[in-house]
Amino acid sequence: MSSTTVLTPSDVPATRDDAPPRRPFALVRHSAALARRSLIKLTRTPEAFIDVTLQPVIFLLLFVYVFGGAIAGDTSDYLQYLLPGILAQTVAMTITIGVNLNSDIEKGVFDRFRSLPIARSAPLVGAVFADVVRYVTICVVTLGFGYVMGFRIHTNVFAALAGCLVAVAFALCLSWVSVWVGMKVRSSGAAQGVTILVVLPLSFGSNVFVPTDTLPEWLQGFVRINPLTQLVDTVRGLFLGGPVAGPLLWTVLWMLGLLVVFVPLALRAYARKA
Amino acid sequence: MTYAIEAEGLVKTFGTTRALDGVDLRARQGTVLGLLGPNGAGKTTAVRVLATLLRADGGTARVGGYDVATQPGRVRRLIGLTGQYASVDEDLSGTQNLMLIGSLLDLRRRDARARAAELLDWFDLTAAADRPAKTYSGGMRRRLDLAAGLVGRPAIVFLDEPTTGLDPAKRDDMWGVVRRLVADGATVLLTTQYLEEADALADEITVIDHGRVIAHDTPVGLKRVVGGRTLEVQPADPGRLGEVAGILRGIAGSEPDPIRRGVLAVPVRDDDALPESVARLAAAGIAVVELSLHLPSLDEVFFSLTGRRATTDETEGSAA
Repeated sequence: MSSTTVLTPSDVPATRDDAPPRRPFALVRHSAALARRSLIKLTRTPEAFIDVTLQPVIFLLLFVYVFGGAIAGDTSDYLQYLLPGILAQTVAMTITIGVNLNSDIEKGVFDRFRSLPIARSAPLVGAVFADVVRYVTICVVTLGFGYVMGFRIHTNVFAALAGCLVAVAFALCLSWVSVWVGMKVRSSGAAQGVTILVVLPLSFGSNVFVPTDTLPEWLQGFVRINPLTQLVDTVRGLFLGGPVAGPLLWTVLWMLGLLVVFVPLALRAYARKA
Repeated sequence: MTYAIEAEGLVKTFGTTRALDGVDLRARQGTVLGLLGPNGAGKTTAVRVLATLLRADGGTARVGGYDVATQPGRVRRLIGLTGQYASVDEDLSGTQNLMLIGSLLDLRRRDARARAAELLDWFDLTAAADRPAKTYSGGMRRRLDLAAGLVGRPAIVFLDEPTTGLDPAKRDDMWGVVRRLVADGATVLLTTQYLEEADALADEITVIDHGRVIAHDTPVGLKRVVGGRTLEVQPADPGRLGEVAGILRGIAGSEPDPIRRGVLAVPVRDDDALPESVARLAAAGIAVVELSLHLPSLDEVFFSLTGRRATTDETEGSAA
């Protein structure tokens, strides 16, 4: 078992700077190892998939068959309109990462990670990326169940995949808001409460359920700047045809904005926690 | 380098509480430093500062020759940490927990697996290797937690109250682990609430209270200060306590105290006190239900060092 060696100071040239990574792409490798950990945890707790499988199904059934006739006059037309919105909205609404991270820290698991020679951000980055599995599940369930209900893609497979990809990428960026909240609040229950408070107005104050121009003017202003609206327009365009470039540009700008603001905030809050 | 751990004047405050109030620590390479103190004395805070989890507000600390504040990355490559509360991942199996640490330490997958198997074997967890850690008993979790701290063969190991809450047999196993680590050349900083544990394992003992060092000595030196050991006898027949008191007085040269109902205790300095008392009790035909020689408790140590009782410090400390 001499494949590993303990580094002692004499092995390492004394420099003023702190230790550089021993092999390149350390952050990527360590984050991947920690993402794998989160995935193992997900498979051990199948109930963690309840929200991402049931929520899109319930929302599709509820809005298409209960409200669809009243909103659009025709349920199958409304399904075409609604489904891209439900996909985008569910991906954004089911971000639970802040809650999970908060309970991880409560249990002291992160102390061990912080005592290891890895980037401080690796546990957070790993956890954020592990949730891709949940987002992909949402895409599969929504499109699969939607197909059974009669939804049809009007573009092509590649455009549809691109739509899912944009939604997942958006969720990865929005996750950092959740991470930041998870680091700032005291308990995982509180993290859950705050997350819902942020997500509810975003998802209903959008064009997910009704076209923006049917809304009162004062509300249209909010809906237009709501990042979810831009995401929904992008996914609609990619699924059904129509303008994509404009909403996609806004979505990407929102994603960059979220990253620039909330990644540093989350990392700083994480460094202060514990 | 003579000192693996070297801290001077560490200060850490939480709000108005000074958890560390100018702590100096020194552990020579390849030895065990026992950090002895009651709950809330600052032991865990000191370990967290030295393990780079917490930044001190004042003072300096070097671990393995590197400054914990300015070179934490280098320190982290040398250390292994076992927390006071088992911090293994409950949803992961024993093997998965250890392999995760291995991959974070950049071991190749094959090496990480081999190291995990080796540690699980060492800690008697092979049979439970593939079960999620949440099915483990408290002692098993503690052992897995310690194993997780040793994946990278750390040169410097921090053990924060490794035996608190373990039964005596498991505690002996843990002591064996510490001795083996030192035999392999590691330096160990061990926090404990038990003088007996510090005495059994440590080369030197630092006693802290209220974030201050109140004594630093070898176990022998510390025991000399706090007054040797205590002989306790409980006769089977409480009616013969008077005779027992006479025998103990004869051996120790001082008046025995009735520390509990039917139990007499007397401080002794001589190693012959135990066999001597056995012989004299037998000669007098007195049957005993308890006869023991033990080190002073932490409470007695504190009383000797400070004139205060350690157990009452908690309330005073929080009021101050």
